[in-house]
Amino acid sequence: MGEWWTTETSMENYEISSISHVTMSPSRRNNLVSMYSFPLSKSSYSVISAFCTEDNIPQCISYINQELASLGLSSTCIEAISPGDTGLSTVPALNAMYELLQIHRRSMCNLEELEREQLRKSSTLEHIQMSNTRLKDQLELSIREKSGLHETERQLQLKIKTLQSCLKTEKDEVQKLQSVIASRASQYSHDAKRKEREAVKLKERLSQLLIDRKDKKLAIDVLNCLGRADGKRRHWKTTKATSSHEDEMYKSLLSDYEASQRSLMLENAELKKVLQQMKKEMMHILSPRQPSTRGATADDSQEQADLDGEAKGGDASRESLDQYCEHAREQLTNSIRQQWRKLRNHVERLDSQGTSQNQLESNKEVIPRETHEDEMERMRCEVQQCREFIHAQQQLLQQQLNTSFDDETAALLNDCYTLEEKERLKEEWRLFEEQKRNFERERKNFTEAAIRLGREKKAFEEDRASWLKNQFLNMTPFTHRRRYSSSDGQSALSISNGKIPGLACFQTKILATLCMNILPRQFLSLRFGNTEVASFAYLHPL
Amino acid sequence: MTNHTAPVSPVSHHRHITRNSCDCKMNFSEVFKQTNQLCKVSPDGKYLATCVQYRLVVRDVSTLQILQLYTCLDQVSHMEWSSDSLFILCAMYNRGLVQVWSLEQPDWHCKIDEGSIGLVSSRWSPDGRHILNTTEFHLRVTVWSLCTKAVSYIKYPKACQKGIDFSRDGRYMALAERRDCKDYVCVFVCDDWHLLRHFETETQDLAGLEWSPNGCVLAVWDSCLEYKVLLYSLDGRLLSTYSAYEWSLGVKSVSWSPSSQFLAIGSYDEKVRILNHITWKKITQFEHPAIIDNTKATVYKEAEKRPGVGSDEMPLHNITMGATLFNTQSKYEICPLPVQIPVVKPDPDRASPKIGISVLAFSSDSRYLATKNDNMATAVWVWDMQKMSLEAVLEQTSAVRCFQWDPLRPRLALCAGNTKLYLWSPGGCVSVQVPTEGGFQVQSLNWHCSGDSLILLGKEQLCLCYMDTDQEDK
Repeated sequence: MGEWWTTETSMENYEISSISHVTMSPSRRNNLVSMYSFPLSKSSYSVISAFCTEDNIPQCISYINQELASLGLSSTCIEAISPGDTGLSTVPALNAMYELLQIHRRSMCNLEELEREQLRKSSTLEHIQMSNTRLKDQLELSIREKSGLHETERQLQLKIKTLQSCLKTEKDEVQKLQSVIASRASQYSHDAKRKEREAVKLKERLSQLLIDRKDKKLAIDVLNCLGRADGKRRHWKTTKATSSHEDEMYKSLLSDYEASQRSLMLENAELKKVLQQMKKEMMHILSPRQPSTRGATADDSQEQADLDGEAKGGDASRESLDQYCEHAREQLTNSIRQQWRKLRNHVERLDSQGTSQNQLESNKEVIPRETHEDEMERMRCEVQQCREFIHAQQQLLQQQLNTSFDDETAALLNDCYTLEEKERLKEEWRLFEEQKRNFERERKNFTEAAIRLGREKKAFEEDRASWLKNQFLNMTPFTHRRRYSSSDGQSALSISNGKIPGLACFQTKILATLCMNILPRQFLSLRFGNTEVASFAYLHPL
Repeated sequence: MTNHTAPVSPVSHHRHITRNSCDCKMNFSEVFKQTNQLCKVSPDGKYLATCVQYRLVVRDVSTLQILQLYTCLDQVSHMEWSSDSLFILCAMYNRGLVQVWSLEQPDWHCKIDEGSIGLVSSRWSPDGRHILNTTEFHLRVTVWSLCTKAVSYIKYPKACQKGIDFSRDGRYMALAERRDCKDYVCVFVCDDWHLLRHFETETQDLAGLEWSPNGCVLAVWDSCLEYKVLLYSLDGRLLSTYSAYEWSLGVKSVSWSPSSQFLAIGSYDEKVRILNHITWKKITQFEHPAIIDNTKATVYKEAEKRPGVGSDEMPLHNITMGATLFNTQSKYEICPLPVQIPVVKPDPDRASPKIGISVLAFSSDSRYLATKNDNMATAVWVWDMQKMSLEAVLEQTSAVRCFQWDPLRPRLALCAGNTKLYLWSPGGCVSVQVPTEGGFQVQSLNWHCSGDSLILLGKEQLCLCYMDTDQEDK
């Protein structure tokens, strides 16, 4: 449609656009209504007259035919009376117009109906909406009511429960009281019965006695009176005795009280000591921490001041002076309480700081922890290394033991050999010792023999000397010398020295020199020693 | 009234020797006859006196040779040694007679006749020279002097659980008096029976009184209808009153600790309350629940051992079935917690119900307290007084009849009416069969004052158990 219009150049722009606007948008009800309901106003007339002019009648006709065809009115086609003529064939035009009017009326009716329908619907909708909201409100209200009722129900249930428990306890108590009453009643009745029985017995006995009248007198029959247990004489009962009894009684009471008081005082002193010690320790625990760690918070400074005040106030000397003074005691307990509170706060603070993220404190505490951890790590590594080392050593040892069996046997054999050698050595040593001993013995024997031999040789030489002397003397004319032929080793020399006169001197001199020649050599050879044995043996060919 | 010096009985009576797990050699003597559970060791520990029907037999404790034999006029109801171990009192309640025998002089005799007034109880005074007789119906207490033959009377004594108590040093006697429906306490000086103090007590119905071991405090308690314990000083001042609760049945038993530091009160509510001697306030209470849980105590349970096939005793006892039943060995097992103690509910309608703490016993060093709850009759509870907590529970197979602490050591001996003797010490627990023929059932026991031997009493028999305690401590 739009393309067709663009070919029309004779139309004014405004009119085309307005017409196209009209035809393009049939839904614009207002325009349509204004278009069709009112008589054509000048402006609208001008618009419609603007649609068809003298020039474009056939286009308009064809256009209208197209439109009518599109509307479904195919039968009525508007034709021109003749081509090129400005008139129209009236019948089809009127039919078309009538049909269009019908259509229009129908559509108006539809519209009305639709409008009516719509009104109705909107009203029902409104109605429904209102009722909806109303119902919603009602629902909410009823829900609230329900919850309220629930609440009251719950409370009532609770009340019921408590009342039931109260009832139960009351019932229990009633039962207990009843049982108590029952037991008391039974006890009373039992006692009453017992008393009644006793009364009856008394009555019987009384009646018996009244009847009997033979009163057996009470008496004691003792062989001889005993002495008192403590051996003392019996005292007379005098007022002095009674007062002395009183005195004794009070004395024993007093001593008992004194003893208990003493023990209590000791206990008291002990406890006071313990408290003081506790207080000192607490102060000690609290005080060194204060300046070193945290940043000085008001709290801490306050504590410091408190502590100082405390140290000044709770003077130990003063306390020891008035130990039993009420005031001092109170002061001590108060100060203990204070210290304890401080300690407790301190501990609590420590606990909380253990989990907090404060850099200052955490550093102070983390650093030691870190170093602690490092130490632990180091130690663990060391332990691990040591373990590995031990393991390796063990493995090596195992290897050594396992791989070289020969070595083992060789070692074993070596061991055996050395053992054997040792044994042999021992044996040899023993032998050596034995031989040594034997050797010693033999040597001793030898020396003894040597000594004996020496002596014998000496004796023999002397004999020989004497015999030679005798022989020599016998050879001489001096016969009286035979008397002095007794041979003495010793006497030979003395004979020669003393008794032989004159020529005998010469002979004796010769003899003496002979002896001297022999004897010294003998004497010489009699020297002890291993070396001389041989020489002696040599000297003595006999 | 003939008195013999007895012939020698066989010396070889130490027949049965048992070595138990406690590593303490126990030596049982043979069984002797006795009547009425009258068997007492002299205070100096040298002699043992027993009554057999109307005879009084005095034996030497170590050899059990009969040293003296006396004959009384009737069956003896009560027998007591004097404090110096020289005289023995034999009371015959149905005849109203008391006979006193001398150990040194068997010929010496003494007979006290109460006449028509009757006799209900008789006892020595602490000096061993006076005898106090309570007449029938508690009309009066007659004080007989053996030194002067003089008589004194004390009127209106009260008939109650424990109406007379002597202080431990023997200087004072406290006596409960009931006059014009009011309770009084009389304190006498035992020297010359001079009335030192006489004061009224705030009790409804005084049931008993007991001196503290140091002799300075007198504990007085009310009957079970009211829980009230009063503490009086020696000079009669009221020091303190203690009442744990109202209305329910109250005090059943009371015991002082030997150091006088604690007063233990056992009551019908199955609890023991401990008072301290400084403030007289309760410092703790011990409960006896049926289910023991959450405690560091050891629970020993007696378990019967099956009689072994090859045991020595079997051949002798195969003859009678009963004997084998009685002679089953038993041992203790340690039970893991929780443990349930069997409870016997008492009859609620009867008076003096079998419920509550009826027996309290402190060990000689005040370290331990042994208790027995009547509705758990098979269990003995041992409490540690230092820690103030339960130390051990011994559960027996039958009801415990009697238990007593060793006078010197913390060792508890108990018996349960069967042929066994049980011993507990902090180191452990042991069950010993009493090796006698014929099934001797131990009804009660008494320690010798030296702690070296035990006297076991059966119904009509007695047996001595000598212990060689080497210095053991498990």
